[in-house]
Amino acid sequence: MSQDFRLAEGGLIDRERHLHFKFDGRRYTGFAGDSLAAALLANGVRLVGRSFKYHRPRGVVTCGSNEPNALVELRTGARKAPNMPATTIELYEGLVASSQNRWPSVNFDLLSVNNILAPVFVAGFYYKTFMWPASWWEPVYERFIRRAAGLGRASGAPDPDRYERANLHCDVLVVGGGPAGLAAALTAGRAGARVVICDEGPRLGGSLLSERIRLNGEAGWRWAGEAALELAGLPNVRVMTGTTVFGYYDHNTLGAVERVGEKGPRPPEHMPRERMWHIDAGQVVIAAGALERPIVFTNNDLPGVMLASAARGYVNRYAVRPGSRAVVFGNNEDIYATADDLTAGGVEVVGVVDSRAKAAQSSSHPVYQAQRVVRALGWRSVTGVELGDGTKLNCDLVAVAGGWNPAVHLSSQTGVRPVWNSEAAAFLPGEPRQAEASVGAAAGYFATSDALDTGAAAGKAAAEARGRKAKIADLPVAEEPRHGGLEALWYVPGRDKRSFIDLQHDVTVSDVKLAEREGYRSVEHMKRYTTLGMATDQGKTANIPGLAILAEARGQDIPEVGTTVFRPPYTPVSLGVFAGYNRQQNFQPVRRSPLHEWGEAHGAVFMEAGPWMRIQAFPRDGEDIMAATNREVEATRRSVGMCDVSTLGRIDLQGPDVAEFLNRLYCNGWKTLPVGKARYGLMLREDGIVFDDGTTSRLGENHYLMTTTTGQAPLVMTHMEYCHQVLWPELDVTFVSVSDQWAGVAVAGPKSRAVLQKVFPEADLSNEAFPFLAAGEFDLGGLPARLFRITFSGELGYELNVPADYGPAVADMILEAGEEFGITPYGLEALDVMRIEKGHVTHADLDGRVTAADAGFGKMMSTKKDYIGRRLAERPAFSEARRPRFVGLRPVDRNSRLHAGAHLLPQGTTDSIEHDEGYISSAAYSPTLGHWIALGFLANGHERLGEVVRMVDLVRGLEVPVEVVSQHFVDPEGERQNA
Amino acid sequence: MRIPCPLCGDRDSGEFTYLGDATVRRPPADETDLEPWFEFVYLRDNPKGWHKELWHHGQGCRAWVAVERDTLTHEVFGSQLARERAIAEDERA
Repeated sequence: MSQDFRLAEGGLIDRERHLHFKFDGRRYTGFAGDSLAAALLANGVRLVGRSFKYHRPRGVVTCGSNEPNALVELRTGARKAPNMPATTIELYEGLVASSQNRWPSVNFDLLSVNNILAPVFVAGFYYKTFMWPASWWEPVYERFIRRAAGLGRASGAPDPDRYERANLHCDVLVVGGGPAGLAAALTAGRAGARVVICDEGPRLGGSLLSERIRLNGEAGWRWAGEAALELAGLPNVRVMTGTTVFGYYDHNTLGAVERVGEKGPRPPEHMPRERMWHIDAGQVVIAAGALERPIVFTNNDLPGVMLASAARGYVNRYAVRPGSRAVVFGNNEDIYATADDLTAGGVEVVGVVDSRAKAAQSSSHPVYQAQRVVRALGWRSVTGVELGDGTKLNCDLVAVAGGWNPAVHLSSQTGVRPVWNSEAAAFLPGEPRQAEASVGAAAGYFATSDALDTGAAAGKAAAEARGRKAKIADLPVAEEPRHGGLEALWYVPGRDKRSFIDLQHDVTVSDVKLAEREGYRSVEHMKRYTTLGMATDQGKTANIPGLAILAEARGQDIPEVGTTVFRPPYTPVSLGVFAGYNRQQNFQPVRRSPLHEWGEAHGAVFMEAGPWMRIQAFPRDGEDIMAATNREVEATRRSVGMCDVSTLGRIDLQGPDVAEFLNRLYCNGWKTLPVGKARYGLMLREDGIVFDDGTTSRLGENHYLMTTTTGQAPLVMTHMEYCHQVLWPELDVTFVSVSDQWAGVAVAGPKSRAVLQKVFPEADLSNEAFPFLAAGEFDLGGLPARLFRITFSGELGYELNVPADYGPAVADMILEAGEEFGITPYGLEALDVMRIEKGHVTHADLDGRVTAADAGFGKMMSTKKDYIGRRLAERPAFSEARRPRFVGLRPVDRNSRLHAGAHLLPQGTTDSIEHDEGYISSAAYSPTLGHWIALGFLANGHERLGEVVRMVDLVRGLEVPVEVVSQHFVDPEGERQNA
Repeated sequence: MRIPCPLCGDRDSGEFTYLGDATVRRPPADETDLEPWFEFVYLRDNPKGWHKELWHHGQGCRAWVAVERDTLTHEVFGSQLARERAIAEDERA
């Protein structure tokens, strides 16, 4: 299809580069430099979508990111992105897009029946309509709403592209690359400040690219090009086009998204689609420009009705005629420049409708002074307008100029309320609270010369605030069409139900008036009741007219009504770029033990445990996990096994006050621990609940090594830092995490001593010389090794620590030494089974609700000293008889299986919450006993040994009678560990 | 948000974790009345405006920092190592 609406010359496009693209399945051609909207208009495609509620035909309204209507689905398959404004999509070869919210086609849409039913779909429609009968809500109403609601459709497939996050620091961040931003960046950049200048568009220039502005006698875009070239050449300046600064946060941190990979169907190789920038700026210059606003009239949503600035932009920047016969309607001088530009672009201007009593300039166009467009005519696109006096003008384009709203979004995101200025009839940025300044049109300086001046002044001030000597750059002399002279006009009364304020959400004048009548008079209430300004464009064209219409309905002025709060983001940001790399396996860093590869080499199967990958078991020829676990337990209890315990937290403490520090951290006492011994310790939180447990060993007079559980290690470290720095700075203690510096291997079982004696032939490991809870440092062929006689399995056992890098070699050494005893490596499952058999707790049991007394550690709690949690552990509720206490449980019928999470109820009761007496926290099949066993908490459980209660598992539909027993299933006297 | 760490300088708030009111004091070890302990563990004011708070520079030097901040405007007035502040208070007491 030929580009019938393309002008023969002009525009910032490369006519040598033809780009082919598809829209709704049809093939078209455009030029490099086009936006998708420009290319569609060049091909005469004016109907690009259907509206949200009424499915009315909609066309292109703007020339930028404020577009409410021309939203398309870009790309296909997994890369499909819905609700993309065609006005901001840079055209590329092979682009594929489709219109939204239409069925079966954009030209013939069945749901446009909603348009006829429009009286039903008024403000508050959902609240009023889908109320009764309540039973209809899910089966009928919700389905209907879900089908009808929403614009574009997500692909439903995982996004195959990559997204990045990065940080940027600068002296001066300039937001916007129009004349004001360029002047600011040049001034600050030449002064040597580190400058970042961002613009959402593909090239710098802003209004200089789309308006008939001359600088130093030449087209404005030429000066913009030279300025951009100079900036790009300054080593201290970073130019970021295609980058939207979307959020302004506390302390001059800002968020920006750079569209790196949007110049083609897929991002270039090794490049992300988008990059999120976290910018820390010394000073911020907001040169974000202004957004033109419409004047609301009946049928103002027809394709062919667009903002005057957009009409000029399509002619000047893209050399596209947005129509053939135009009416220009407005309340300020912009209409005459628009008429001139359109005429120069070969559009016949059939009327300039000036709502003001008198114009400031004469015009060669047919002018309808003191007249208003009361409605647009046409069905699928505009075919004419009717004026207040009944005059009808035939046209296919209506360019509307309602004045300008400075882009106060970023400024107000800092918490500054915008201030109404009646002269500009617009909200201007309020007094800055952070190190920022708004300049140019964003501050209400709409003339290009003022934009250049304010931009340069702000650039100088910003550079100086960062300690640079700066001088104002030589600025070009600007010539541009006359503008201003605005006399406020927000809407033209007519058929209010067809007069659209928010084009994307189909909010009409009558909706706002209805909201006001029904009591939603606050601007925040009106917004939510009508959903005005809540669509993806966040009301960039709609908010101020909506506010003005509400103010009129309330009989007040706009500043009395106030404005809603602007929040980030300025324009929609894809969720993918917030996630960045943190998705799927990269959601968080994976931690691996120094024995990970060693485990792999020995056939380990791994499982996730928090951030860790831990060895689950070492299955052999065809074994499942359970069979492997049973074998590993039996072999360990019979002879000897070994297990990776490197993941435990290790904290090295030194100093004369370590014992006192430990005394205050743990609930049990530490003053009597001799050098060369380990002790089990229990830490509480200050509220008296168990926090963590582990052993701490005294390696020297003033040298201790603490171990923590794997999961709590970072929290214990933070807690200790809090205690030392905030509570007890007087204690002379230094400590550091050494978790990653050591590999740990547990060797357990009756033959473990024999194995270790082979590893340490020089050492005396006899029970007399190295008894239970002994701790010592040994030389292992030149390696410092730490040996602890501690056990989690209840067997005679040791834990050996060696420097992390030597872990695999030492593990192999132990395997070799144990070969004659049939040493068996075991995983986390076997470790867990053995600790359940022995009745040891883990964080499966200590879940943040359990006190030391609940867990059976009541006797450990010292009464002779202060420690964290002591006082609140004494609160009366914690000593109530009915508190759940730690017990062992076994099925009466030994063939029954027990499940963690199941509840415990007395016999002869119904399965209801008032009979609930506790729960199972850990359960395992015990190969040693030959049946399932469990640990759990039962009301007053330690007094109920021998009683039979019911295990009730409503999730699995199970009920199993279980007997309450001691939690020490295996070797309750501790004969094995002490052997 | 930027938090001034007395050791590292201005750092992004993402490097810190927040604890809360820095002005509450742990009751003396010999306090046997549960009420002050209950207040220390559970009760916090939620001031609008000036506040002194503990932040932990966990992704940095691991110092606990007492930061003076306006909870309404997020303006930060200054900071001090919690350790130095605690020592100074002990000396006054």
